[in-house]
Amino acid sequence: MKNRFAVTLGIAAMAVSTAILAGPREDLLAQYATTAKSAGFSAARGETLHTQNFSGGKPDTPSCTSCHGKDARSAGKTLTGKVIKPLAVSMTPTRYTDPAKVEKWFKRNCTEVLGRECTPQEKGDWLTFALGQ
Amino acid sequence: MRIPYRPLALALLTLSFAAIVLDRAQAGDSHFFAPVTDPVVKEECGSCHLAFAPSMLPASSWQRMMGELDNHFGDNASVDAATAEKITRYLVANAGDAGGKRYSSKLLKGVAVGSAPQRITELPRWVREHRKVPDWEWRHKDVRTKANCAACHTDAEQGYYDE
Repeated sequence: MKNRFAVTLGIAAMAVSTAILAGPREDLLAQYATTAKSAGFSAARGETLHTQNFSGGKPDTPSCTSCHGKDARSAGKTLTGKVIKPLAVSMTPTRYTDPAKVEKWFKRNCTEVLGRECTPQEKGDWLTFALGQ
Repeated sequence: MRIPYRPLALALLTLSFAAIVLDRAQAGDSHFFAPVTDPVVKEECGSCHLAFAPSMLPASSWQRMMGELDNHFGDNASVDAATAEKITRYLVANAGDAGGKRYSSKLLKGVAVGSAPQRITELPRWVREHRKVPDWEWRHKDVRTKANCAACHTDAEQGYYDE
């Protein structure tokens, strides 16, 4: 009886830890994957998106790197001189844990750089890139 | 009775000088505009640029600005309605014409009542205070825009705008 209780407790603990491991970042990626009907996300595609130049947005900011800088592990700077913490999770561990904040900045920044909102596939690729940095 | 005029005059002179110095020292001898303390306002208004002190513009300016966030100096800086209301309330309550602000009254001199100027850098007093800054300095790679107060005023984040 006591044994069975221990097993139940163990299973419960595992379930909880899995729930913790599948944090807000994983939830976000899963959500993007569902919406995009994606076959998977690629950090390489995310990096291309991050570094390439677009012509549809504002001329001041043709690329993500215009403000965030070429190295995702270094701090960036807005046009008004405000420092932006590094995008890389390895440097800024709190990043991408608030889904509303992630969505807010995707919307603003994609509009500014690409001249349109990013697709769920692009968001998933980009997030995969940033999480691996 | 002989009145010691010379020592008295000297003492008076010393005192008045001290009073002037003390007054300036109390004011920090620098233009002070209380920085934003509200965490939401700080986050929403201070991610892209310095969270400008609400006391630098009159309430009417902030009201207009918060109503036009979808075109915020060329950017779409919209926030949800509840957040916008919270921010507006804070900005209006601490606006430059909310009263009792020494440097705000100076900065807002010449601004017509009821007008809602949007750029701090176009206030007549601001223009006058910065008239000696040469063009090349504005274009410097560490400055680039007049909205980058902290490039020259290193304590701008703390509310101090020294020469």
